[in-house]
Amino acid sequence: MNIMREKFSRIMLLCALSMGLVPVAMAEYPEDVIRMTVAYGPGGATDFQARIVTMMAAQVDKEGNPKYLNGQPIVVLNRPGAGGQVGWNSFVQKARPDGYELAAYNVPHFISQSIVFPDKVKYNINNLEPIANWGADPAVLIVNKDSPFNSVKDVVEYARDNPDKLTVSGAGLYVGHHIAALQFDRAAGVQTKYVPAGGGVKGLQFVLGSQTMAGWNNLSDAFRSQDRLKILAVADLQRNDFLPDVPTLKESGLDVDDSSVNFRGIMAPKGTPADVLQTLADKVPAMFKDGKVVKKMKAGGSPMHIMSREEVQAMWKERQTYLTDLLKDLRK
Amino acid sequence: MEFLHYFSEVFTWANITILVLGTVGGLLLGATPGLSPTMAVALLIPFTFHMEPASSLVMLGAVYTATVAGGAVSGILVNIPGAPANIATIMDGYPMAKQGKAVQALHYCFISSFVGGFTGVLLLIFFTPPLADLALKFGPAELFWISIFGITIIASLGGGSVVKGLIAGTAGLWLSTIGYNPVLGEERFVFSEHLAGGIHIIAALIGLFAIPQVLTLVAQSRLYKDTLEFAELHSHGVWQSFIYNIKRIRALTIGTISGSIVGVIPGAGGQIAGLVAYDQTLKMSKDPSSFGKGNPDGVIAAESANNAMVGPSLVPLLTLGIPGSPTAAVLLGGLLINGLFPGPDLFTIHGAVTWTFIDSLLVGQVLMLVFGLLIARYSGFVAHIPNHTMAAAVIVLAIFGTYSVQNSVSDVWVMLALGVFMYYASRIGFSPAPLVLGLILGQITETNFLQGRLIAGDEAWSYFVSGGISQIVIALCIVSITYSIYNERKVIIRRREEDAAS
Repeated sequence: MNIMREKFSRIMLLCALSMGLVPVAMAEYPEDVIRMTVAYGPGGATDFQARIVTMMAAQVDKEGNPKYLNGQPIVVLNRPGAGGQVGWNSFVQKARPDGYELAAYNVPHFISQSIVFPDKVKYNINNLEPIANWGADPAVLIVNKDSPFNSVKDVVEYARDNPDKLTVSGAGLYVGHHIAALQFDRAAGVQTKYVPAGGGVKGLQFVLGSQTMAGWNNLSDAFRSQDRLKILAVADLQRNDFLPDVPTLKESGLDVDDSSVNFRGIMAPKGTPADVLQTLADKVPAMFKDGKVVKKMKAGGSPMHIMSREEVQAMWKERQTYLTDLLKDLRK
Repeated sequence: MEFLHYFSEVFTWANITILVLGTVGGLLLGATPGLSPTMAVALLIPFTFHMEPASSLVMLGAVYTATVAGGAVSGILVNIPGAPANIATIMDGYPMAKQGKAVQALHYCFISSFVGGFTGVLLLIFFTPPLADLALKFGPAELFWISIFGITIIASLGGGSVVKGLIAGTAGLWLSTIGYNPVLGEERFVFSEHLAGGIHIIAALIGLFAIPQVLTLVAQSRLYKDTLEFAELHSHGVWQSFIYNIKRIRALTIGTISGSIVGVIPGAGGQIAGLVAYDQTLKMSKDPSSFGKGNPDGVIAAESANNAMVGPSLVPLLTLGIPGSPTAAVLLGGLLINGLFPGPDLFTIHGAVTWTFIDSLLVGQVLMLVFGLLIARYSGFVAHIPNHTMAAAVIVLAIFGTYSVQNSVSDVWVMLALGVFMYYASRIGFSPAPLVLGLILGQITETNFLQGRLIAGDEAWSYFVSGGISQIVIALCIVSITYSIYNERKVIIRRREEDAAS
């Protein structure tokens, strides 16, 4: 009888343990799939990188313990339109702040849009919470291989002699490329004609096909097309490892800083619980640093730049101040 | 002849398995409304993260090929194009199915897809350098005129009435302006928050074609076993189809040529390829009035065109990194993930991967033909599905397909609203094709016109009308409009004579 009771209580204990243990493990965030909105279409640079940096989210180590996000995957949902406005607007209006709905951000895009279109755009740095930054893609000034321009000086001289004649392409309005173009105009005291092409690759095509005389584009995309392009300058504070021979705009005599650099990262809606934000802020940068992610990003020619939540918060604020000043004449 | 060398790479067990799975899966995905080739390829990209570079490209290529052809299946059998590329196919494909010739229509569809697709890949293999240079010549001015040329086609898609076709086309053009200005970002005609992002083409496509179909089925439905008004199904031998199909050499040639040309033009894509080919075949036909009533030439031209587009759309992608179609844009991601940068290196340093991929496209065309013809054999079942079951299945697919495009409930509402509107419009003789065409072309026209204006500045007129390609396309537009007017006059005169005689 005693043995029976002992056996029974052992079984009960086992049951209790197993039942107790499972909820303990499940209560830990995240216990479900995380969705991440990408405000650009499939195939673009942001979408492509977002898929790579989140591919290891559900990874487990050799013992089967979750490595990053409790073994839960991050699923990318594309919501493109109007340079990101459609996706981000719907994100801040509809996403539940529970840590299961995240979005990819592009700076300066979303910040400059919130400054230029304060009525239309529902998002700004105050109703979004950064989690971590994965990449930084500086804008570069490119011209066709057959172009008479061989340096920034040539471009500035032409623009000075022919006001409002020099056409430059870029991905869209108020994105990094546009900011670079505005900064270039201001620093050189010229007026160029910026043509939003509707996507970075399309902007590149305008330069390759000589539809525009020059263009601002992503360093990563221009890097891949060097056999048909001349890359004249990079709009950053220092030269880039991918292109050590290309001077910065500052070196070329124009006072342009790194405000146009396209930062990409992950954010959550305001109101997401602090502990959830903390978990994400701890785990996501580690996920970005995963060997496989780094390898794929490098293979794709996508420069990585991992920043913590605090660093991104500071970067957002700094950009907000600078862009408000740069764009004050363009406010609608 | 480097491409011959790498054929052995395609015939490894792993790659053949991937090809077969990709083809069968692609045909099924393509046949699902809403799952366009672009979506299908995008969905598969994450799976390629853990695969060998060559195998992952083989899979994406097989799915691309098969989904483009598969989209015709639902078009022919239930009048709902699987993707924008298949709009032209259903103009004659569905009438054929109604006459009990569904099997023939599917046979022609897959045989023509094969002929067009195979030729397209051969062009990719042998003419990549000159075609790449051609692709770069298409700027905003050229694309503007090409989309205007597309708009001139609208009149011939009106389902008999040129005036109704034009009205529907104009409505479509207007619908395309809802949402954001594609270049300057201004918001227009956003009456409700559901329209904030504009009207998505896939939502419109499903709504305009599928919902009227569902409502018609429900309206005609009696209790018990009423089926669609299909005539008795003719059985048809595959060889018979082959011989007939090859004899329709004119439709096949027009389809293949127009598909190849449109494929190379970056940004035009398959949705125009089929329509341009269909229109040209109709205009060069001795009996244009038989189109839209089940003329096999319509299916042959449209399907050879949209598959011929696949190979050439990869030319600017592989050489310049510029995708020739929306699906090719997604494939670009697939290349980059494997460290394959478009450009000359692709054919030299990474030749083994690139040529294996291109060769697999050729093999994929053959597999698509084989499995497509197999599917055609079983298509008879669809004709025997009772009305109420069919209506329920289509509405489920329509809502699911629309929602999945960008996970938006607004799209579903827009889809349903357009569908109900189209149901009533179709009862007074309007057809959905010109409306969708207006919607698709309106966006391309507006974007390129605005960009051209920005680039040209004060010299807009000379910018748009100078340039060899622009002038050729302008000439085509004039011919197309003149023909439409001439033909309409002929029809009116004949009708008057008939009236006088009766």
